[in-house]
Amino acid sequence: MENLSFDLEATPLREINQFLHGDASNLSGKTIHISNPNGAHNIAVGLNAPVHVTIDGHAGYYAAGMNQHSTVTVTGSAGTGVAENMMSGLVHVKGFASNAAGATAQGGLLVIDGDAGLRCGISLKGADIVVGGSVGSFSAFMAQSGNLVILGDAGEALGDSLYEARIFVRGTVKSLGADCEQKPMDEASSKILGELLVKAGFQDIDVDSFKLYGSARTLYNFHVDNAGAY
Amino acid sequence: MDTNGIPQTTPRFSATFDPHSLSEIRRAAATGIYDIRGGGAKRKLPNFDDLLFLGASMSRYPLEGYREKCGTDVILGSRFAKKPIHLKTPVTIAGMSFGALSGPAKEALGRGASAVGTSTTTGDGGMTPEERGQSKILVYQYLPSRYGMNPDDLRRADAIELVIGQGAKPGGGGMLLGQKISPRVAKMRCLPEGIDQRSACRHPDWTGPDDLEIKIAELREITDWQKPIYVKIGATRPYFDVALAVKAGADVVVLDGMQGGTAATQEVFIEHVGIPILAAIRPAVQALQDLGVHRNGKNSVQLIVSGGIRNGADVAKAIALGADAVAIGTAALVAIGDNDPQYEAEYNALGTTAGAYDDWHEGRDPVGITTQDPTLAARLDPVKAGRRLSNYLSVLTMEAQVIARACGKSHLHNLEPEDLVALTIESAAMARVPLAGTTWIPGSTNP
Ligand SMILES: Cc1cc2nc3c(=O)[nH]c(=O)nc-3n(C[C@H](O)[C@H](O)[C@H](O)COP(=O)(O)O)c2cc1C
Repeated sequence: MENLSFDLEATPLREINQFLHGDASNLSGKTIHISNPNGAHNIAVGLNAPVHVTIDGHAGYYAAGMNQHSTVTVTGSAGTGVAENMMSGLVHVKGFASNAAGATAQGGLLVIDGDAGLRCGISLKGADIVVGGSVGSFSAFMAQSGNLVILGDAGEALGDSLYEARIFVRGTVKSLGADCEQKPMDEASSKILGELLVKAGFQDIDVDSFKLYGSARTLYNFHVDNAGAY
Repeated sequence: MDTNGIPQTTPRFSATFDPHSLSEIRRAAATGIYDIRGGGAKRKLPNFDDLLFLGASMSRYPLEGYREKCGTDVILGSRFAKKPIHLKTPVTIAGMSFGALSGPAKEALGRGASAVGTSTTTGDGGMTPEERGQSKILVYQYLPSRYGMNPDDLRRADAIELVIGQGAKPGGGGMLLGQKISPRVAKMRCLPEGIDQRSACRHPDWTGPDDLEIKIAELREITDWQKPIYVKIGATRPYFDVALAVKAGADVVVLDGMQGGTAATQEVFIEHVGIPILAAIRPAVQALQDLGVHRNGKNSVQLIVSGGIRNGADVAKAIALGADAVAIGTAALVAIGDNDPQYEAEYNALGTTAGAYDDWHEGRDPVGITTQDPTLAARLDPVKAGRRLSNYLSVLTMEAQVIARACGKSHLHNLEPEDLVALTIESAAMARVPLAGTTWIPGSTNP
């Protein structure tokens, strides 16, 4: 495997992203290091090739946004909207993630070793998110499909106006949002959880220590007697 | 006269509790839910009809119709994009979602627009092959819901329109009721079939103008700075919103007034939130001028306005007030067949009449435009409907040219506020042009 390095202090972001948007056949399998990110926004966005990118340090907003196929690792923390609208691939944040981590993501896996801020997995559309720590309030707001796994605690209004996404929480939930309820852990869900934990590198955790939350589906079609819940 | 021969007054409806208001109270009492409908504000509002062109006479020379050139082309997105959009006519097709509209309707819009060299715009719910296939120039909307949003389509688009709001419902999200969530629509939006789908009113991953700047930079990075980025706002506080959009890096600002159509929104929202486009254009242009980006060569940010545009006079007036182009939604739908009187019996069966039908959210459109019902949708022939749209777009362009030539302009963009006067004090104040026959611009000059 060929290794390439970019120093964001010396090379403009535009050049690095342009390089990462190059011919997929040239990029495939390569490992690319980006040093001195220093919180720069939009690092490694719009990737579309099976390439490995390591961001050595902290990333700003939208790191690995709209990712397709690639594996992006942030060794530090990531700003707002990490892996937003990811389609496929793997994004791994070793530190913490700010707000709206994995927002609207449709595929792939986002792993956050530390905590995630507000609205983690907002409007999730099919991707999987595993958070090693806790998530802030309004996480999985209007999440449509996919899985959000939280090893720590969840803040307020978890899963508000939830559609068909699953939420697994190991710790406590401060409060559930409208139309989100605890569900019995069925076999299919437990299998999904187990596989996700392994994929995310949390091998030794017992799936039975999690609770499952999903949509009560009472708000799916408007009814006047539910008006207060909207 | 009553039976005793005493004269009676004629029955009198209250101007406040008029028959429509009464019917609305009864409807609300019976159902317990607000009225939802499509279309834009229906009540009378100050609009372009309140303005007149002065034309040329002694002090200005008119141009010869059909002989002397009057240009209509426009370039959008010259500021930052490597590939700006070139349109032959400044009339574009506004964003209307697949889901709200049928596949054949989207195809017809693409065909009609492409035939005259203008663009169409996707909408909530993503890009369809019907539309991408037929639209030579396709603007891809980036909305709060992000339904169907994916980077492949982003790269396939010719421009990106980041939607913050719509004139019909500034501050509101979208809705598509269960009846219209067909299997195809459901799949595109990653939702179960048949459920009411609410589109969020705020973007999930940014809040405020500072974040917006980073979001726009992200979209540029993903698309390698090729594509113009538009920012669409509903008309509310146009001076500040336009200034913030420009500061955040927009190439083009799309400003939609309260007459602008919607696929489905609460009636109370449509009629009572936002301001008419007539009142919004001058403050928006002022913001562009104050920032040095109004019609200033390569450094320009273009302004597209919409909301109730019907004819070439509206187009010419919008441009004279400072817009670079206009967008049409409702009129384009009417051109392809919406509310066609030939289906009067079917409109009657739906409890309405041709011309007034606005229950687009119910998906039972007799013409096959605002529906996902395959049988109804099949009624719309996209080739014929596309031809009607291209005819109509040509007429809008020619009408605007007629007016521009009469004012002595060799390009539509040479029209200016000085070519206009207002018929009412309100419109004079809003459009910042003098009341006809006076030098009075209320709010700017003394009578
Ligand atoms: C059926 C329909 C669907 C619409 N869907 C969207 C949409 O998805 N996104 C959006 O920004 N605006 C949407 N609009 C608003 C139009 O883009 C545009 O702002 C408006 O129609 C302009 O006003 P006009 O209808 O008076 O021409 C829709 C309008 C209609 C009539």
